[in-house]
Amino acid sequence: MKKLTNRRKINGSTYLLMITVLLFIVMYGAGMIVFASKGFAKPQMFLNLFVSNAGLLVIAMGQTIVMITAGIDISVGSVTALVCMVAANQMENHGTSAYMAVVIALAIGLAFGLVQGVLVAYLDIQPFIVTLAGLFFGRGMTSVVSTDMISIKNETFLKWANYKIYLPVGSYSKRGNFLPAYIYPTVVIALLVLVLIIIIMKYTKFGRSVYAIGGNEQSAMMMGLNVRKTKLKAYLLDGFLAGLGGFLFCLNSTAGFVEQAKGLEMDAISSAVIGGTLLSGGVGTPFGTLFGVLIKGTISSLITTQGTLSSWWVRITLSALLCFFIVLQSIFASVKKKK
Amino acid sequence: MEKKWNVKKIAGMRLFMPLVCLLVVLLVNVITTPGFFKISVNNGVLYGYIIDVVNRASELVVLAVGMTLVTAASGGQDISVGAVMTVAAALCCQILSGGAASATAFQNSFVLAIIVGLLGAAVCGAFNGFLVAKLNIQPMVATLILFTAGRGIAQLITKGQITYVRVGSYKVLGGYIGKCPIPTPIFAAVLVILIVYLILKKTTLGLYIESVGINSTASRLVGLNSTMIKFLTYVICGLLAGAAGLIASSRIYSADANNIGLNLEMDAILAVALGGNVLGGGKFSLMGSVIGAYTIQALTTTLYAMNVSADQLPVYKAIVVVIIVTLQSPVFKKALASLKSGHKARKTAAEGGNQ
Amino acid sequence: MENNIVLTMKDISKTFPGVKALQHVDFTLRKGEIHALMGENGAGKSTLIKVLTGVYDFESGEIHMEGTAGAFVNRSPQEAQNIGISTVYQEINLCPNLTVAENLFIGREPRKAGMIDWKTMNKKSAEILQGLNIEVPETQNLEECSIANQQMIAIARAVDMKCKVLILDEPTSSLDDEEVEKLFVLMRKLKNEGVGIIFVTHFLEQVYAVCDRITVLRNGELVGEYEVKELPRIMLVAKMMGKDFDDLADIKSAHGEKNYKNAETIVEAKELGRKGTIKPFNLKVRRGEVIGLSGLLGSGRSELVRAIYGADKPDTGAVEIKGKPAKINTPLDAMKRGMAYLPEDRKRDGIIQDLSVRENIILALQAKRGIFKPMSRKEMEEAADKYIDLLQIKTASCETPVKSLSGGNQQKVIIGRWLLTNPEYLILDEPTRGIDIGTKTEIQKLVLDLADQGMAVTFISSEIEEMLRTCSRMAILRDGRKVGELEGNELSQDGIMKAIAGGEE
Repeated sequence: MKKLTNRRKINGSTYLLMITVLLFIVMYGAGMIVFASKGFAKPQMFLNLFVSNAGLLVIAMGQTIVMITAGIDISVGSVTALVCMVAANQMENHGTSAYMAVVIALAIGLAFGLVQGVLVAYLDIQPFIVTLAGLFFGRGMTSVVSTDMISIKNETFLKWANYKIYLPVGSYSKRGNFLPAYIYPTVVIALLVLVLIIIIMKYTKFGRSVYAIGGNEQSAMMMGLNVRKTKLKAYLLDGFLAGLGGFLFCLNSTAGFVEQAKGLEMDAISSAVIGGTLLSGGVGTPFGTLFGVLIKGTISSLITTQGTLSSWWVRITLSALLCFFIVLQSIFASVKKKK
Repeated sequence: MEKKWNVKKIAGMRLFMPLVCLLVVLLVNVITTPGFFKISVNNGVLYGYIIDVVNRASELVVLAVGMTLVTAASGGQDISVGAVMTVAAALCCQILSGGAASATAFQNSFVLAIIVGLLGAAVCGAFNGFLVAKLNIQPMVATLILFTAGRGIAQLITKGQITYVRVGSYKVLGGYIGKCPIPTPIFAAVLVILIVYLILKKTTLGLYIESVGINSTASRLVGLNSTMIKFLTYVICGLLAGAAGLIASSRIYSADANNIGLNLEMDAILAVALGGNVLGGGKFSLMGSVIGAYTIQALTTTLYAMNVSADQLPVYKAIVVVIIVTLQSPVFKKALASLKSGHKARKTAAEGGNQ
Repeated sequence: MENNIVLTMKDISKTFPGVKALQHVDFTLRKGEIHALMGENGAGKSTLIKVLTGVYDFESGEIHMEGTAGAFVNRSPQEAQNIGISTVYQEINLCPNLTVAENLFIGREPRKAGMIDWKTMNKKSAEILQGLNIEVPETQNLEECSIANQQMIAIARAVDMKCKVLILDEPTSSLDDEEVEKLFVLMRKLKNEGVGIIFVTHFLEQVYAVCDRITVLRNGELVGEYEVKELPRIMLVAKMMGKDFDDLADIKSAHGEKNYKNAETIVEAKELGRKGTIKPFNLKVRRGEVIGLSGLLGSGRSELVRAIYGADKPDTGAVEIKGKPAKINTPLDAMKRGMAYLPEDRKRDGIIQDLSVRENIILALQAKRGIFKPMSRKEMEEAADKYIDLLQIKTASCETPVKSLSGGNQQKVIIGRWLLTNPEYLILDEPTRGIDIGTKTEIQKLVLDLADQGMAVTFISSEIEEMLRTCSRMAILRDGRKVGELEGNELSQDGIMKAIAGGEE
């Protein structure tokens, strides 16, 4: 009997992912060469990508899941701001413990996820509009809590925020002393979440249902999957991760203020798209999104290290990349259709 | 004669909801601010809450007109309009100031600056239109790009600073024409509405936009170029965003890339929805969106009068948005219809039983 | 239940508001038999399937299945699946972004410690694929597979879920001859394993190639169940069209001996074809002629005219207008050259639902005139009124949204739309479907009048008498190809049916 070869044809989405990973390596490598004198080549620089973007990574995970169902969530930036503000307010003005603040953060995220999920999954309202309202609501509520910035002085919280975890890698100072590189607990949590989401998306019924619905909702329904329930769960998970990511963001900024995290949702969406998530749904991986986040982080680092360019260049470059990947996706899609 | 009455009836019904919303908001305004409709004349210029509302709504009205066309033809929204406003403003001010951070006299032709500003905005619209009409990308996603990059581009144009044009004639567009007591933006908004209305009626564009938005396949078979029509609506929307940007810039005689048109795109979408237009495309009502725009401005004024701060405003807008789209959702409409028919059935059964 | 019968449906009736979809229909399926279910538009084929698989409920009748005591009713496709009835639809209901293996096992993936066991799933999938001779790697994404393979994978999924009844709904529409053969091999294999297969199709040749029995439905009623060996093609065609094949009662064309060979050729299609829909064909359309296209549903009639009109761009051949080659890339090109096209699916391709009757009527003419020459309100109302009168369109006013008109009146609006453009070549695809008898006759008369005035017309209809009354020449289509033309004396009901049926084998 003829043995079937297990060689998979490389399909469009794998190409996109390869382009993303390559892009990251090229960008970071270029940075290492051009800015070596400014310390870009040090391991800490690489780890800082994770340190600065731990919150974004977690949020982008949620965004990826929702986008695979062919939906979108533009409220995550506002949720983050709200979480930070409420946590700061609770800890500083009401004496709540840091542990309780975590619970509150997750609860807020879940609440958003629940309302948005019901509107999208059961009332068939366009996700963009629903989460647009969420964006409005979140921003507004943030200033209802307080219009002034609240700095967090809670001891436990600051301990979590500043606890350095040292790694065996590092660099050498001018005098030859070994300076070990470090990360913060936020990075550990973010990486744990990454691994968890990878497992969920690959090995659970929920994860596979999300992909099925994104691929062809009609087929998924005919094959017996509960489309509405799965969509609701996707938004719930996304909300939960927005709350968690928001809290990690808060550990970075150690403050709550009204203008915080403006545009974070665009960073999340861009990271997902650059990481290979298709806007039309059905395709995307947590692993790819990780690289999308790393690319965004690299752009930020490059521009900050360069020093003279305004920070708006980060947004512009990111948008240009987003545009590039969107157009690429569209080309791949039309090529596929012609076949 | 019977035909004419039918036409009036249908048109009346379409604007019914938006007008009711406006009246409700105005009523609340009058209750919370007793002097709401009072108009006085100071220094040869009109003053009053109502004047303020109509004046400040001008940019929103212009945006809403463009958003209506885009929504009708492509069933999606253009969220880059706020950012495009800043691009137009940046181009105009930079040319007028000749590159300096501040100018007290025009360094270049006023007309040139305006044309370049509008052209830049139209190019942005064309960019969006290409992505949506030719590459078939979802409108909100396609316009996401300029939404993110637009203000950055404006910053680059103004070299990272706020460019001031402290020239008397520049402030006219956002201020007053000579001795006229009515603020210029009001004229500008009315002019835009008129021009667009004429274009829609004097050419077949209005009919084509509706046709493409309702049934793109059938429109194609009847000889319409759906791609071109959709593309055109985005260019128009961009152009109008540019006009709105110039008005906003003239008010503050500068180009502030961070604040011009902030969150205005959301208001524009809300105005279109409030105007009775279905966000999924098809038949549209320009007047509906215009009424919606004034309603939102009046709502904003009401909330300010009730001491809601500018930052908290979005909460109320969010709730209104959710209510409107829920009412428009097909699932909700179906549930409502079955409730009504169940009620009617019970009613007729009861009546039948009584006989 | 008889030993070899796996499914009986008795006396099934189903009504929708205003339409009797099924009336007292019986259907029997035996083990290990491939049973064709055939019928023209509105016959009730898909309603019968949906009743069986639980998509619709029904008012009367019983369904019995071997292995289940008593009559049962499926309330959902899931329930039907559980009893052993699997359906593979024309639009492949799988997820293109997932692998073959995953598609085979969605909803029932093998687990290990609560998580999906990919290794086992892949291994089992490979076995299933091998068992059915489907040569596709199980780890490949479904969208990378050809349509034919996707279809077979859909069948493999159904079969693996241990179905007793396999329903194939128009499985061969997108397949080429080679792929159809592969499908037949698979079907025969399943047949030998005792699966009962319901094969819904309109391809005559395929029915005779692979089926054992045929059930014919017409207008919601059962015409009969026949053994393929005992039913000659011509009888099958006759039964599907609701005719009797009877030499004596033959209806002849009303046109007699009119000869159009000397009339000007307005449109000529030369080797025009489009892959997958219509094989390259030649057709001459002359001034004053009414040409009919006849064939069973799915034979390519609509596809042929759409290729000429530019609605679906052809990939081979050319069109000549009055002897000169014409580039027709879009419908507007065709319209500017004097063509008009009334589509078969008026809801999807015809009416602009929310626009008024007036707007729908003037739309084509307006498109021809261009964007800068809008018709005045007066012009539009006059045009609309003219055709509302001429075609007796029942509407409250010309401002009524066209979606609130009845189907027949909507059709009239579209006819009016195209007549307004004063075409030289008018294509009518099923213009009288859903219209009352009185109006049908009016439209036929209208077509004859237009032809007398010099218009060339192509008329597609499923009703032979209608075409015989109006057409002077007929092109015959079968299975996606133009197989011949009839004119003059050859134009008779029997002649047409014979041509459609083709040779006996």
